Order: sequence, then structure tokens, then C-alpha cells
Amino acid sequence: MLSALTCASVIVLILLFLVYMGLPAIKGAGLGQLLLTSWDPYRDSYGVYPMMITTGAVSLLSLAFAFPLSLGCSFLINAAASKQIARQLRHMLELMTGIPTVIYGFVGIFLLVPVLREFFQSGSGMSILAASMMLGIMVSPTMTLIFCDSFDSIPRPYLDAADALGASRIQRLYYVTLPAAKFGMLNGVVLSLGRAVGDTLISLMIAGNSVQTPGSVLDSARTLTAHIALVFAADYESPEFRSIFTCGLILYLFIMLLTAVVRYVCRREA
Amino acid sequence: MKKRLLAGKILFFSMFCLTLPASGGELDVFANERGELKISGGTAHIPVMKDAAKKIMMVNSRIQISIAGGGSGVGIKQVGDGLVNIGNSGRRPTDKEIARHNLKVFQWAVDGVAPVVNPKNNINKLTKTQLADIFSGKISNWKQLGGADRKINLYTRDEASGTREVFWDKGLGKGSISPAANVVISNGAMKAAVSKDPYAIGFVSVGHIDRTVAPVALDGVIPTLKTVREGQYKISRGLYSNTRGLPSGLTKKFIDFLSGPEGAKIISKHGFIPVR
Repeated sequence: MLSALTCASVIVLILLFLVYMGLPAIKGAGLGQLLLTSWDPYRDSYGVYPMMITTGAVSLLSLAFAFPLSLGCSFLINAAASKQIARQLRHMLELMTGIPTVIYGFVGIFLLVPVLREFFQSGSGMSILAASMMLGIMVSPTMTLIFCDSFDSIPRPYLDAADALGASRIQRLYYVTLPAAKFGMLNGVVLSLGRAVGDTLISLMIAGNSVQTPGSVLDSARTLTAHIALVFAADYESPEFRSIFTCGLILYLFIMLLTAVVRYVCRREA
Repeated sequence: MKKRLLAGKILFFSMFCLTLPASGGELDVFANERGELKISGGTAHIPVMKDAAKKIMMVNSRIQISIAGGGSGVGIKQVGDGLVNIGNSGRRPTDKEIARHNLKVFQWAVDGVAPVVNPKNNINKLTKTQLADIFSGKISNWKQLGGADRKINLYTRDEASGTREVFWDKGLGKGSISPAANVVISNGAMKAAVSKDPYAIGFVSVGHIDRTVAPVALDGVIPTLKTVREGQYKISRGLYSNTRGLPSGLTKKFIDFLSGPEGAKIISKHGFIPVR
């Protein structure tokens, strides 16, 4: 009970802290100014619009990579593979969830970025595409495991009924398992989206960090999290430094909103 | 048996003589010190800091020196907040910063900042105007300079970097840097990025140039240790170590060591020009 209270109060305290620290920048430049203009400290412009776009693009694109991958993996584990192989695959995925993101970043720099550079012959290879592919790989083990868990929690009689009606494995998966596991899967997707939005190191290492508003997925760009990491070195008293609390606030509110929407949808349907 | 003992004694004595110069002299002052010295900040400084720290910790293992990067901004901030004993910066702290944190500034080297490209790139000289046009995005393809038909990949540093500030001020004449430029967070990361990208251009401290990156001659002057020292190559700056208030104890001894002859040797070895 006490620990639950502590947890909850910490979350509220963080929000208050972010609002308190972010206020000077919001008051100074105006919220609209911060949200809609670009970053150019030499011209006194501290907007984070390009970073918001990049964060959105990178995280959604990473889901686009991770979702089919995870779906395929969980089908394999749940229905297609033999018990033995399924168990080993699961162990491997559990191991993969523990790999630090910096490792993915390294792999990205040395293997993925040069390949993308030569393949598309445009730019340095450090791009939204590179970061979202790597993020997709990073979040897919978590997503797969949550998918598997939600498949496993389907009541056995449902599946038996399908079997009794003579459904093939694929039919059973499509008509029984997927609809029944819908909300569990949604949870997995949202959790992964949260991880993708919040990850700093992968995008810092391989997205390129340029301050432009990206025009294509091959452009170098900077996410909100990488922006915080990069600007953190600035003078405490500078407007640059103050503005990064706004970034923190945006990230925080985005995750809150996402969680709230999913809760709401799940409750209404259930 | 006796002969062997004698041989052993001679061997021991000669070994003693050999190690004497290294452990004697200027390092003597560290003999009675103990404790921890924390250094952070400018990434151009790191090779020198590491070397000096190694020498000191070799003669006295009770001294622990830790060295972190972060960039000039971080160095000034952390020393001002008392998180580290020495905060390094590749630019002179501003008067505001000096006043706010009561900083004492020690310059121990001069360093050039040079534009660098990948060694595979056949373009090795530019005019200053061309350089400014490249970084502003006006020249965007290597073909326009007589190179391969590929987009120029720009690399710059974060806003808190001293290296960036000097390059922007003296190399680009305060011209704009294209928002499309990739941003890396240290001299080391810049070198790594440019050495892996054949179509890259970036800038690093002259002390960091080795065979993995190729310096670009500006208006006919190749940035080297010699041209920086003689003043022909103009994009240069001081390397500074800052302390909060007057340094004392281990911190003072470390800074004194850097500005002494032994320190000067280390500084030159890493491609910087020592100042007294």
C-alpha cells in the first residue's frame, strides 16, 4: 500500500516538477511558439516542432516494422512450431528484451547505416528509417511476448470448440484467437509505442540529430529524447536549457494521453 | 652463487636507474597526496588528461583521477556546481559564467580546429568561401567541387561544444550551419562518423587528426601542428581548465603539472601546442 502510494506520488511530483521548470520557457516564448517553430538558438528560436514530428515518425514507423514481426513470431510460438522449439524461442525472446539499447545503437551504426547509405545513395544513412528499423527490432521481443501471453490467456474451451468444429490451425487463429486476444495485443502495441517514443540512445546514435523538419524517412532528424540529451549540456540559465523541460512535458503528456485512450477503449468494449 | 647475486644487484640497480627519471622530478609533488580528482568537460582535452592522469596514478596509486567528456558546456557547468574539481573547456568561459561561478581559468594549450573529410575523398583543399557555402548548404554536392556525384553529408557538433563555436566563429565567419547537418556529441564521435562516411565533411580539433580522417587545406594552408603554431592556420583556440575559486591541493598540483615541462611534453605528443 505504502509503495503504491509512493509510486503514484512520484508520478504526480514529476509532472509538477516538469510544469514548474517548463513554465519560464512557456511564458517567455509562448506555448504556440515553442510547439510550432523550429530550433535555431542563434536566432532566439527554441521551438521543438521538428523534434515532435520526428518522434512521431520514428515511433510509428518502428511499430510498422515491429508489429508484423511480432505477430509472425507469436503465431509461430503459439500455433505453428512444436512445443520444444516454441519454448526455446520464448527463452531467446526473453533474453533479447534485456539487451541494453546502446547495443542496438552500435549494431545500427556499424551494420545498418552503411547499408542504407549505399542502398539509397542519399545522405549519410543516419536517418529516420535507420532509427525506426533498429527501434522496431528493439521493441519486437517485448511485443511478441505480450502477444503470446494474451494468446495464452484465451480460455481453453474456446479453442476446443473451434477444434471440435473442425477448424484448421489457421482458421482457429484467425477466427478465435485473434478476436479474443484483441485487447491484450493492443496493450502490447501501446507498451511498445511507449518504449519507442521514450528511447533515447538509438535515435541519438543513428537518427543523425539534425534540427530540420524531416521531409522524408531518409532524412537525418532529431527526436525529442535525443534533443533533451543534446541540449542538456547547455548553460542552466540559458533559454535553450529551459526549453527542454517543455520537451519533457510533451513526452510525459503524450504517454499519459496514450495510456488513457487505451484504457478508455478497452473499458468501453469490455 | 655470489656472482649471480652481483649480477642481480647490477640488474636491479640499472632498472632502478631506468625508472628513476620517470618517477622523479615533477611527479615528486604527488608522492604524499591521496584522494580523488574529478575532471569533466571538453572532449578535445581528453587524450592529454588521460595521459597525465596515468602518469600520476602510476607513481601514486592512492590518487584516483576520473575523466569524463560532455563538452565545454558541461565542463563549465559541472565545475561551477562543484560536481567536479576541474571543468575543461575548448573556449574561454564567458564573463557571465566566470562571474556566476567564481571560475579561475587556466589556459595550457593552443589547438586548431580543422575541417576534415573521409580519406577516400579526393577533395583536400577548399577556400574559406567554399567552406562557408558547404556548411550553409549552398554547395550540396561533391560534384560541384570536382568530386563524386553524391550529396555532401554535413556533420556538426551540439551547441555547447567549444570546438563548434570556434569553427563557426573563425572558420565559417559566423555563417549559418544548415539545419540538415547531422549532430554528433564529441570530437571522438565526429572522427568516427567522418571516418566511416566517404561523403562526409565535419570538423575536429587538430590534435585529433590521424589517418582515419583527412584534413582539408583552407585557402592553401594545411591545418597541422606546425601551421597552427606559426599562426598561418587561423582557426585556433585555447584549451582551458577551469576551477571554482583558486585551486588547492591535488587540483592545483595537477594543473601545475600540466603547465610544467613534463605536461608540455604530453601536450605536444597529442598534437596541441603547450603554452606557459
